[in-house]
Amino acid sequence: MKEFKLPDVGEGLTEAEIVRWHVKVGDLVKVNQIIVEIETAKAVVELPCPFEGVVAALMADEGETVDVGRPIISVDDGTDAGPGPVSGVSGSDSERGAALNDDMVPSLPKEERQPVLVGYGVKMGTAKRRPRKPSPTGSAEPPARPSTEPSGEPSARSYAEPVARPSAEPVARPSAEPPTRSSAWKSEPVLTGTEAAVETIASPGRGAILAKPPVRKLARDLGVDLTALTGTGPQGSITRDDVHSAIDAPPAPATARAVRAGADEERIPVKGVRKATAQAMVTSAFTAPHVTEFLQVDVTETMDAVRRLRQLPDFAEVKVSPLLLVAKAVLVAARRYPMINAAWDEAAQEIVVKHYVNLGIAAATPRGLLVPNVKDAHALSLPDLARALGALAETARAGRTQPAEMAGGTITITNVGVFGVDAGTPILNPGESAILAFGQVRDMPWVVDGQIVPRKVCTLALSFDHRVVDGELGSLFLRDIGAMLQDPLRMLAWG
Amino acid sequence: MTADASHGEAPPEFVQLLTPEGERVQHPDYDIDLTPEEIRGLYRDLVLVRRVDLEAVALQRQGELGIWASLLGQEAAQIGSGRALTEADMAFPTYREHGVAWCRGVDPVNLLGLFRGVNHGGWDPAEHNFHLYTIVIGSQTLHAVGYAMGIQRDGADAATIVYFGDGATSQGDVNESFIWASVFNAPVVFFCQNNQWAISEPLEKQSRIPLYRRASGFGFPGVRVDGNDVFACLAVTRKALADARSGQGPMLIEAFTYRMGAHTTSDDPTRYRVAAELEAWKLKDPIERVRSYMFKNQIADQEFFDAIDAEADDLGRDVRKRCLALPDPEPLAIFDHVYAEPHRLMDEERAQFGAYLEGFEG
Repeated sequence: MKEFKLPDVGEGLTEAEIVRWHVKVGDLVKVNQIIVEIETAKAVVELPCPFEGVVAALMADEGETVDVGRPIISVDDGTDAGPGPVSGVSGSDSERGAALNDDMVPSLPKEERQPVLVGYGVKMGTAKRRPRKPSPTGSAEPPARPSTEPSGEPSARSYAEPVARPSAEPVARPSAEPPTRSSAWKSEPVLTGTEAAVETIASPGRGAILAKPPVRKLARDLGVDLTALTGTGPQGSITRDDVHSAIDAPPAPATARAVRAGADEERIPVKGVRKATAQAMVTSAFTAPHVTEFLQVDVTETMDAVRRLRQLPDFAEVKVSPLLLVAKAVLVAARRYPMINAAWDEAAQEIVVKHYVNLGIAAATPRGLLVPNVKDAHALSLPDLARALGALAETARAGRTQPAEMAGGTITITNVGVFGVDAGTPILNPGESAILAFGQVRDMPWVVDGQIVPRKVCTLALSFDHRVVDGELGSLFLRDIGAMLQDPLRMLAWG
Repeated sequence: MTADASHGEAPPEFVQLLTPEGERVQHPDYDIDLTPEEIRGLYRDLVLVRRVDLEAVALQRQGELGIWASLLGQEAAQIGSGRALTEADMAFPTYREHGVAWCRGVDPVNLLGLFRGVNHGGWDPAEHNFHLYTIVIGSQTLHAVGYAMGIQRDGADAATIVYFGDGATSQGDVNESFIWASVFNAPVVFFCQNNQWAISEPLEKQSRIPLYRRASGFGFPGVRVDGNDVFACLAVTRKALADARSGQGPMLIEAFTYRMGAHTTSDDPTRYRVAAELEAWKLKDPIERVRSYMFKNQIADQEFFDAIDAEADDLGRDVRKRCLALPDPEPLAIFDHVYAEPHRLMDEERAQFGAYLEGFEG
């Protein structure tokens, strides 16, 4: 029986989601046969089986996020020995690598790891260290303070602080070799392996203090006692942020600090679509000055038109929703005001006016927010547009949207109404100049010919890039869409 | 933007001797006369290096290698140029030249050891005249020019060849090496595998002109060759090396090819390039055209192809087995090759590190 542990397929990944199993229990598998598809922060990849045999168990479900190093499948290969050490780099080697990285990667601005295309990210795996032999004196006591400690040193030094410091003598070097390069010893605090080891066992009472050398130096520079801190880094190691927050925050009463440290918080790693969405949103919000305008519209006639369209034979096979007519109205209005369907090219210092519309539809999918677009939507007939919108939604919901389908959008509609809300201030899809939020349609008291009557009403919210679109243009665009939804006949008149 | 800088366009100056359909064509400046035995040998090389590459990708996916840079699609450029080398010529690779390593007699398992993190290359560059893989982009071009200048001063009958990618042509090192090679008329062949993508950066974002034409600005000839045509790569590289050896100076060869896989196993090319491009290049596969040519001209029969496939599978299994059996390196070995000769500081550090390791239980 052999177990296959989830490998790190992308240099420094910690976990992956099981997307789809290609095999089931009882299947015969060969070496290098594709057994499972996984999604990491970087890519969807297929994993080939390292063994030949019969699948004995699948140890992770589809949709489950699995830590690197956890067994995901066991294969009966005829040997009855327990799970062998099958994983090379992802096993002991990577643990050793992790230990090295933790110790040796110099200061990184953040402790969160960044996915990288090349080179290793920061390892967050579990680093196992072999136990040390007892100290040469045979005593478990912390090593005696070196008697040569200069008198100028602060007396309140803790044992956890690095032993080596810019002192005049090579203090605390257990090996008896004379320093051959005394000038170097004088000018530089050098931690030899033995010293580092002494240091990690030198914290009385609570085991080793874990902190990278640059963090230790920072703590020393700022006068922070590492023994008083609780690390938030990997394996409880102390990070730069921990040191900084120890100074920034006044020493709060312990009770106050501990209030929310526990089980009623959940930490969700930012990755995949969520991460891409976050970056796109921040980029957009901080590069394009957004303006949002609102308009309440009586869409009773539009809802009636939707009902009548559904009865037409041309629309028998397709889904007709209010979104279809909103889309049509946006297309008609975009033709009347081409500047709204434009992009700001910062590098070229040009405004790119698109004479075609790739109409983006923001879709909530199991994998997060995606904005696929209908290519050349301006050229589609109404039934074709309905078909395209339907196909796009279905693909998005099935999680099969391809990058190409999300690229090249020129203007976007976000249908917030499906969530039962009236309006929002949508953020532009990067590279576009306008986005329309279509709120829920509901019965409202409305004044028609001096009488208050119940009507179907919805709110439209239009955000636009104020570098490209002036207030007047944005208002005209929004007003015309409103007018078309109030009286769909105008779509014909202006279309 | 000129048309021939865009993806997949076959430019007019393209040296091609074997079309994607397996038709033999002539070229006025470059031709080659290969025996059936030589053609069978080239085919075998192509198939075997592809098989080793596939096995390595699988091993990475199984957690046995930290990373792997696949050569898929670039076999002809590497085998064609690699087989053009004489024993005395010296090759300077990037980290993707598995096919050239094969031609230089380097055991593929040594390549895997590097990517498994148990060696730093594992072969003796002097023994194979094949330098260690260079991870830094383009720096090996300087090493190659320096080596070529050494050959020049020794008066040896040899040349150097240096491999790099399209992305490397944007590096300062590469441009500096062009200048030195040109000014000193060094016996070096610059072999650029233009696989169209510098990780996710397409060629048209890196150059306004076809890469081979850059050479003229530095003062030496440049030629573009169909990088998926093993005959053309062999013919052009042979000529360039012969010119270099006979004192005619450097030459730039741009092998126009395509990286069919990811940049490395850490990369997901579907995020930045369209599937249609990949499909178009599949039709220009470097192995299929040779196979088709051999079939049509009765240079080999089905039995031969089956035997090569079987040999490839055996090689794949063998490489896998020996890769998994690679021993972890001796920790103190890291001090061994820092200096060519015994060095006091190294001895001291070795002793200190040894004492540190001794301090562990078990």
